Amino acid sequence: MKMIVMVMMMMMMSEGSMIDQTCKQTPDFNLCVSLLNSDPRGSSADISGLALILIDKIKVLATKTLNEINGLYKKRPELKQALDQCSRRYKTILNADVPEAIEAISKGVPKFGEDGVIDAGVEASVCEEGFQGKSPLTSLTKSMQNISSVTRAVVRMLL
Amino acid sequence: MASSEALLPISAREEEPSCPYTKLPDGSRSDPETHPRRRRPYKGLLAVSFGLLLIAFYVALIATQDGSRSNEAANATDETEKTTSSSSRARLAGVSEKSNDGLWKLSGGQNTPAFEWNNSMLSWQRTAFHFQPEENWMNDPNGPLFYKGWYHFFYQYNPNAAVWGDIVWGHAVSRDLIHWVHLPLAMVADQWYDSNGVWTGSATILPDGSIVMLYTGSTDKAVQVQNLAYPEDLNDPLLLKWVKFPGNPVLVPPPGILPKDFRDPTTAWKTPEGKWRITIGSKINKTGISLVYDTTDFKTYEKLDSLLHGVPNTGMWECVDFYPVSKTARKGLDTSVNGPDVKHIVKASMDDTRFDHYAVGTYFESNGTWIPDDPSIDVGMSSSLRYDYGKFYASKTFYDQNKGRRILWSWIGESDSEAADVQKGWSSVQGIPRTVALDTKTGKNLVQSPVEEIKSLRLSSKKFDLELSPGSVIPVDVGTATQLDIEAEFEIKKESLDKFFGDASVVAEAEEFSCEKNGAGSTVRNALGPFGFSVLATESLSEQTPVYFYIAKGKDSKLKTFFCTDTSRSSVANDVIKPIYGSVVPVLKGEKLTMRILVDHSIVEAFGQGGRTCITSRVYPTTAIYGAAKLFVFNNALDATVTASFKVWQMNSAFIHPYSEEAVRALTRT
Repeated sequence: MKMIVMVMMMMMMSEGSMIDQTCKQTPDFNLCVSLLNSDPRGSSADISGLALILIDKIKVLATKTLNEINGLYKKRPELKQALDQCSRRYKTILNADVPEAIEAISKGVPKFGEDGVIDAGVEASVCEEGFQGKSPLTSLTKSMQNISSVTRAVVRMLL
Repeated sequence: MASSEALLPISAREEEPSCPYTKLPDGSRSDPETHPRRRRPYKGLLAVSFGLLLIAFYVALIATQDGSRSNEAANATDETEKTTSSSSRARLAGVSEKSNDGLWKLSGGQNTPAFEWNNSMLSWQRTAFHFQPEENWMNDPNGPLFYKGWYHFFYQYNPNAAVWGDIVWGHAVSRDLIHWVHLPLAMVADQWYDSNGVWTGSATILPDGSIVMLYTGSTDKAVQVQNLAYPEDLNDPLLLKWVKFPGNPVLVPPPGILPKDFRDPTTAWKTPEGKWRITIGSKINKTGISLVYDTTDFKTYEKLDSLLHGVPNTGMWECVDFYPVSKTARKGLDTSVNGPDVKHIVKASMDDTRFDHYAVGTYFESNGTWIPDDPSIDVGMSSSLRYDYGKFYASKTFYDQNKGRRILWSWIGESDSEAADVQKGWSSVQGIPRTVALDTKTGKNLVQSPVEEIKSLRLSSKKFDLELSPGSVIPVDVGTATQLDIEAEFEIKKESLDKFFGDASVVAEAEEFSCEKNGAGSTVRNALGPFGFSVLATESLSEQTPVYFYIAKGKDSKLKTFFCTDTSRSSVANDVIKPIYGSVVPVLKGEKLTMRILVDHSIVEAFGQGGRTCITSRVYPTTAIYGAAKLFVFNNALDATVTASFKVWQMNSAFIHPYSEEAVRALTRT
């Protein structure tokens, strides 16, 4: 029984080694590993595939953040201006950055993917700064900045 | 990646040098569409381990031990890579070099007032006399040529959005490289061999006057191939319609080259045997290379075993360009010219850094190879020469047989956020076409100059002769200052220079100095400057873009001159990239310091010392726009006086004509 558990653990360690090796070269190893392991495609993906998984995470997070922004209009009407800015910025992530990155990485011109991914982090930062220290979205925007930074490191491995 | 290498069959491990990513046993990088039977090498072994627990345990032990040993080695190189990549990341984002936690920190802090772009600010950014499409995204210049009285320009274009994607070939024509008329798209992604992208290519004009176009297609399986196209009707000077060769693709990635590392074919040149020769950039692991092919008909090719050239650790070479330059005259040469008075330039766009690098060298036509004159500044090395030290990429030259010059085009991308690009509805411009030639005085670098025809845009001018005392910042009254052509000459007063050389306390800093490392940019004051102009500046200098010379003393007591553009205070906006660009500029004995600056809304092109060092910048002021944009001349020297003699012209718009059927019919009649 112990042998089986040990072998399974060994398997998981070598299963994860592509993800491990890749994530070691990013600014946030733990975040990178948890994002990639949470996707069933992660265990069998090459670096392009890992990059696409991460971009998918960016897409999901952007959608989640946009829903949060929409909900805040009613709860915090005094924040309308900043929310408008955030809405525009996050729509850019969804409609411009993500499709650009997916196309670029799938077609082997990762530098445009890098641009899209960097921009996702910029848009999140701009949205956050619009609240001038009183943001209701901080954990979401910080998350986007972190994921963007990790994804960028992975995309750079494709250059 | 040695842990996975340990599990590869021995023969594969010995053949393949270590790569930063796992290679599949068949040596090709996996692509789900092209390799459906892709297998991870150790999955097979793990399947075996299920049945044989002991072997699995043993193999896993080896793997983790090899893994930890190689991790140390990998980490050692990773550290250097990480530091260089995080500092270049930082530089790209305009973030302070010191923030290396990898998180994006925008310029300004929490106390910066929240800033928002409005349509007035954004619409000001559109240029008046630089080439750009009416809307949406543009990138690389493609297939520039002169034919039957017209300069043709093609370009990578996204018809659907203001970001890269869905790429097709845009097209425009001009009589003078300045006044353009947009034409319908030349080529779209309508064949299986370019359905995922009609990418960059080059034109070759044959001796009989006909034209062949070679371009990269991204196939329906996302493989990069080379395709042949030609004008449907050579009697149409506008070359409106293009035909793709039915036998495409004419080239597919050769063995040893990955399917996504094969793009941007060059203009062809003649070999001694009378064949045509082209070169195509690629990479093998991290070595940037340029492959060579010969052809007689542009349909079938022989690949040479040798490379034109390759340089380790430079990454993928995009948009390779290869051409002769005269050693004795500042003129252009047809791409096929060779001889004792000729040197050859190899240029490549570095995917890793987004810099265009070139080197001067010697071409051996007998075997299609080239070597640089100075291997310490070989193509793509961080110290090697660049056409331009600012925002400038994917450049391409062509020989203009009309005026006997070689012309350089370049893609100038945006340095703002994609949200702003989406809001304003466009992204990217082209640099003003430049003549490029070997600097016959130094023999070691190229010189570039905006084409003469740009002078046709000059309207009224004002001439100034000023003595700039130390610390002076003087407004230059020229009226509106958003479309300008400035030619200037500076001279440090002899007494100041003598004093400088005599002063032992002046620290030698030339060896350590660089425009970008000098964090304070143009606000620094030293013995001899910096001095120059501040463009797109508000009256209070709350926003400004200085273009200047910085003179540093070297350890040998000789002077070293740097030419820089500081965009760090070009805008208070916190979502734009604001680097300090520049490089050393050669100044020969007896030469005065000269600069030329073209200001055109959100683009500033600066030429130092007759185009020996060039800097293109994108700037996005929020208040230094329209009538509020001013021009200043300044001298930050501590006690040197500088004389400035300059002329400033107002520049007209080029009135780039949108596409319309009427306009095209009218043009066809002329």
